Amino acid sequence: MTTVLVFEQLLNGLQFGVMLFLMAAGLTLVFGIMNLVNLAHGSLYMVGAYLTVAAVQWTGSYPLGVLLGLAGTLLVGMLVEVIALRTLYERDHLDQVLATFGLILFFNELIAILWGRAALYTTLPSYLQGHIEIIPGSIYPVYRAVVIGVGLVVGAGLWYVVAKTRLGMLIRAGASNRTMVAALGINIRLLYTVVFGFGAALAGLAGLMAGPIYAVQPGMGELILIQVFVVIVIGGIGSIRGALVGALVVGIVDTLGRAFLKPLLGHFISPPAAEAAGPALASMLIYLLMALVLAVRPEGLFPARSG
Amino acid sequence: MRTPIRFLAAAVAAASLAFALPAAAQQKIKIGFITTLSGPAGIIGKHMKDSVELAMDHLGNKMGGVPVEVIFGDDQFKTDVGVQVAEEMLKKHQVDIMSGIIWSNVMMAVVPVVTGAGKIMVGTNAGASPLAGKACHEQYFSTSWNNDQSPEAMGKFMQEQGINDVYVLAPNYQAGKDMVVGFKRYFKGRIVEEIYTTPGQQDYQAEITQLRAKNPKATFVFYPGGMGVQFVRQYFQAGLRERVPLYSVFTVDETTLPALKEAAIGQYEARFWSPDLKVPASEKYVAFFRKKFGYTPSFYGAQSYDGMMLIDSAVRANKGSLKNNKAVIEALRKANYDSIRGPFKFNVNHHPIEDFYLLRAEQRPGGDVEMRIQRKVFEKHKDAYYQDCPMKW
Amino acid sequence: MRARTLILAACVLLLLAVPALATLAKQPYYIDLIRRVMIFAIAAVSLNLILGYGGLVSFGHAAYLGVGGYSVGILAFYGFNSGWLQWSVAVLASALVALVIGAISVRTRGIYFIMITLAFTQMLFYLGNSVEEYGGDDGMRLKVKSQFSGLIDLGDPVAYYYLVLALMLACMYVVHRLINSRFGMVIRAAKSNEARSRAIGFSPYPYQLAAFVISGALCGLAGALLVNHTAYITPAFMDWTRSGEIMFMVILGGMATVPGPALGAFALLIVEDLLAGWTQHWQVILGPLLVLCVLFFRRGLAGLLPGSGKDG
Repeated sequence: MTTVLVFEQLLNGLQFGVMLFLMAAGLTLVFGIMNLVNLAHGSLYMVGAYLTVAAVQWTGSYPLGVLLGLAGTLLVGMLVEVIALRTLYERDHLDQVLATFGLILFFNELIAILWGRAALYTTLPSYLQGHIEIIPGSIYPVYRAVVIGVGLVVGAGLWYVVAKTRLGMLIRAGASNRTMVAALGINIRLLYTVVFGFGAALAGLAGLMAGPIYAVQPGMGELILIQVFVVIVIGGIGSIRGALVGALVVGIVDTLGRAFLKPLLGHFISPPAAEAAGPALASMLIYLLMALVLAVRPEGLFPARSG
Repeated sequence: MRTPIRFLAAAVAAASLAFALPAAAQQKIKIGFITTLSGPAGIIGKHMKDSVELAMDHLGNKMGGVPVEVIFGDDQFKTDVGVQVAEEMLKKHQVDIMSGIIWSNVMMAVVPVVTGAGKIMVGTNAGASPLAGKACHEQYFSTSWNNDQSPEAMGKFMQEQGINDVYVLAPNYQAGKDMVVGFKRYFKGRIVEEIYTTPGQQDYQAEITQLRAKNPKATFVFYPGGMGVQFVRQYFQAGLRERVPLYSVFTVDETTLPALKEAAIGQYEARFWSPDLKVPASEKYVAFFRKKFGYTPSFYGAQSYDGMMLIDSAVRANKGSLKNNKAVIEALRKANYDSIRGPFKFNVNHHPIEDFYLLRAEQRPGGDVEMRIQRKVFEKHKDAYYQDCPMKW
Repeated sequence: MRARTLILAACVLLLLAVPALATLAKQPYYIDLIRRVMIFAIAAVSLNLILGYGGLVSFGHAAYLGVGGYSVGILAFYGFNSGWLQWSVAVLASALVALVIGAISVRTRGIYFIMITLAFTQMLFYLGNSVEEYGGDDGMRLKVKSQFSGLIDLGDPVAYYYLVLALMLACMYVVHRLINSRFGMVIRAAKSNEARSRAIGFSPYPYQLAAFVISGALCGLAGALLVNHTAYITPAFMDWTRSGEIMFMVILGGMATVPGPALGAFALLIVEDLLAGWTQHWQVILGPLLVLCVLFFRRGLAGLLPGSGKDG
C-alpha cells in the first residue's frame, strides 16, 4: 500500500464523489424547495446520457453533442415538471413516490423502444483520451481528471449562484420556508420550473459524463439513484453544501473501502474470513456510514430547513 | 380353408401392431420458451427469441409435419416470476415441452415445476452444476453447457501457456464464485489476487488502480452484461490492455461487442462456439440470422436455435408427437440432428460433450470487431459433475 | 356504509369461488395466480399498519419476506419439515429482526426513516447473497413443503389457496381490530400530530415500535407462505425494488383503509400479468397508468368504494 496508490484511490473517490454530487445537488434542491420526492431523477440522468450519445453521432462533434444533450435534458425536465409533476407538490410524499416510480417505468421502456435494450457504444474524442501524470509515478486517465474538474467548476458555479445571486437567495429562502416566499409575492410556479429544470440539467450532465465510462442502457439511472439518496440524507436535505460534502464523503469512503478493506481486514482476521467478509462489508459500507451519521446528527450534516 | 384363417391371423396381428405403435401425430405442438425480455438483460432474451424464430422459419413452422406454436414468457430476471410463467405455460397454455431460461437460479426453481408436471425441459443456457450432477433428471436436457466448463477451458489454456501471476476479478455472487472455482480446477499457476466486487457495480477504477499496483502478468475476469461493458471499457481507458492481457469468460460476446467495439480488441474468451465456426449448420444459422435481423448472433441464440432443432429431431422420430415421454427422452438422447457446434453427443447427465475454443476479439477488414476462433482448447470435454449423476443409459 | 360492506362481501365470495370457477373453465393456472396475489396482499396489509395508519414509511419491508422465507428454507435444509415449527420461527424471527431495525429506525423521521429502513434491507440482501451455505444468490429449493401433521397438504393447490385466503382475511381482521383499539388510536394520533399526542401524555415511541414489530411479524408469515408457493427462496425476495412494489400496492390501493392494500395488490399484480402477456414493453403502459392513478384517485382505489368518507 504505497502513498502513490492511496493518492490514486483518493482521486478515484473524488471523481466518483463529483458524479454523485451533480446528481445529488439537483435532487436535494428539488426536495428541499418543492418538497418533491423525485424518484425519476435517475431517468433524467439516463436521458442526458442517451440524448448526448445521439447528438454526438448526429453532429459528429463532441462539444456540440454535449451542448445539445444538455439542452435536450433541460427541456425534457421542464416538460415533465409541467405535465406530470405540478399537481404533485401538495400531495403526500408517498403519492409522489408512486407517481415518479411510474415515470421511471415509462422512461426506461420508452428508451428501450427507441434505442433497444443493448448497451450503447460510446467513445471519447481523441483529446480526452490518454493519461496524465499528476504526481510522479501515478498515471490517471485524462477524462476522469476532466470529470473532476468539471464537477468542481459546476460546484463553484452553484455556490456562486446560491450565495451571491437573487435567484440563489430565493432558492435558499424557499428551502427554509416555502410558504413565506410565496406569501411575499414571488412567482412560485416559475421558480419551481426553473429549479426543476436546473436539477434536470445537472442530472443530465452527470449522465453524459458517465456515458463514456459506464454502460449506457435502460435502467442505468436506478443503479446510481440509491447511492444519491444516501448522499442527500447524509448531507442534509435542501443543502447544496451538504450535497457536496456528503457526495465526497460517500465517494471516497466507498472507493477506499472497496480498495483497502479486504487487505486491512486481513491484518486482523484470518485471510479466508477476510476473503468472505471483505467484499460483503465493502458493499454495505456506505449504508453503515449513513446509519452512523444519522445516529449522531439525525437531520444530516448540513440541514437547510429551519422547521 | 387355411387361407382365411391365415388371413384372419394376419389381420389380427396387423391390428395389434397398430395399437403398439406410438400415438398418432398431434394436432399442434406447443413449446413454452422462457427468457428475460424486459429490463437490461432483455438483450440476451432478444438474441434467444430471434434465434428461436429463425429456427421456426427454417423448420417451416412445423415439426414432423405438425404445426408448431412457440409461446414466449418473460421471467423479468426474477425466480418467482419465472415459476409463475412456467406454471402459466404448463397449466393455462398446456404446452407439450418447455425450453429456454438464461439464469441458473431461475432454472433451479423452474425445473422441478416442469418435471413435476410430467413435462420435459430443454434448457438453452443456464448451466447450474447441480442439474449436471446430483440433481440431474431424465426429463431435463441442456443444449448449452455446465457453467464451469467455459472457465475450465480458459484455465487449461492459461495453464498450458505457462502464464503466472494472474489477477482474478468476478462479481460477488454464486455464478461469479463458480466461475473462479472452474478456472482454478485447471489453472494451477500463481494467482496474485482474487477480488469479488459488488454485483451491479458500475465503476471499477478503484479495482483497476489496485490491479495496476500489483503488476500481474495477466487478468482473468467474469463480468456478464453491463458489468462487462463497464469493466472492459474502463480497463481499456486505463491503458492496461497492452501491458496486462485480459482473459475472460461470458464477458465479451456478441451481446456486448456492439457497445465496446475497439475497446474489446485483443480480448481472449473461451467458448464452445463462435459465429466463425466452420460447421455447415452454424454457417447457415449465422448467415440467415444476419440477413433477417441485421446483427451478429451470440452463443445464447445459437444454443436456443439448437434447442429447437433438437426438439424437432425428437418429434420427427416420434411421428409428429411429443405425448410419449419415454419415447421422446430416447429420441432426445440420440440427438439425431445437425448441431451448430458440429457432431453432437449427450453425456449421461443430458449435457453435451463438446469442444471448447479460445476466441479473440479482432478487428475485421470493414471495421467491425468480431470474436474469432484461435485454437481448440478442449476436445470432447465432459463437465466435472456427471459422475454424481445417477442416470445410466 | 351498507353498499361498501356489500361490495366487499361480494369480493370475498368471488375469491371463495375462484378455485371452482377456474376448474370449470379448465384454467387451474388462475388458482396459483390469485394465491400469489393474496400472499402479497398479506405483505401489503402488514405494511399498511405502519405506513398507512402509522405514517412510518418503511422501505425495507421486503426484508421480512426474506427472513420468513429463509426461516422455513433453512429449517427444511436441516430436515425440520414441521410447518408448525417453521412458521412459528418465521414469525418470531421476523418480529425479532423488526425489533432490532425498529429500535434504531423509529427514532428518526420522514425521509431519514425511509433511508434507514432501506439501508437495513440492503444489508440483509447483501448478507443473503454472500452466505454460500444457503445457496448465496442462487438461492435454495424447498424440496418438501411445510408439513402440518396431516391436517392440510400444501401441495394441494386448492387446499393451499383456501389456507392463504383464510390467513389474508384473518390478517385484515387483526389489523382492523388493532387500528380501532386504544393502541391503534395512539398510532394514528402520532401520525397526524405527534406533538399533540405527546402533550396528551403518550410517548409514541413504544407504540410505534410495537406496531413495527407486529407489522414485521405478519410480513414474515407472508414470507413463509411465499416460499411454499414458489418452492424456492432467493435473496432477491429482499431486494429493495420488491419493498417498493409492496409500498406501491399500499399506496395504490389506498392507505389507512382496511381493503386498500389488498385492492392494490390485486390491481398491480393482475394488471402486470395481463400486460406482460400482451407485450414485452408492458412497463411503458403500466408507468403512465400508475401516474394517472395517483393524479386522479386521491385516496387510492379504496377511495372509489362507496362510503369512503371515513376510514374503514
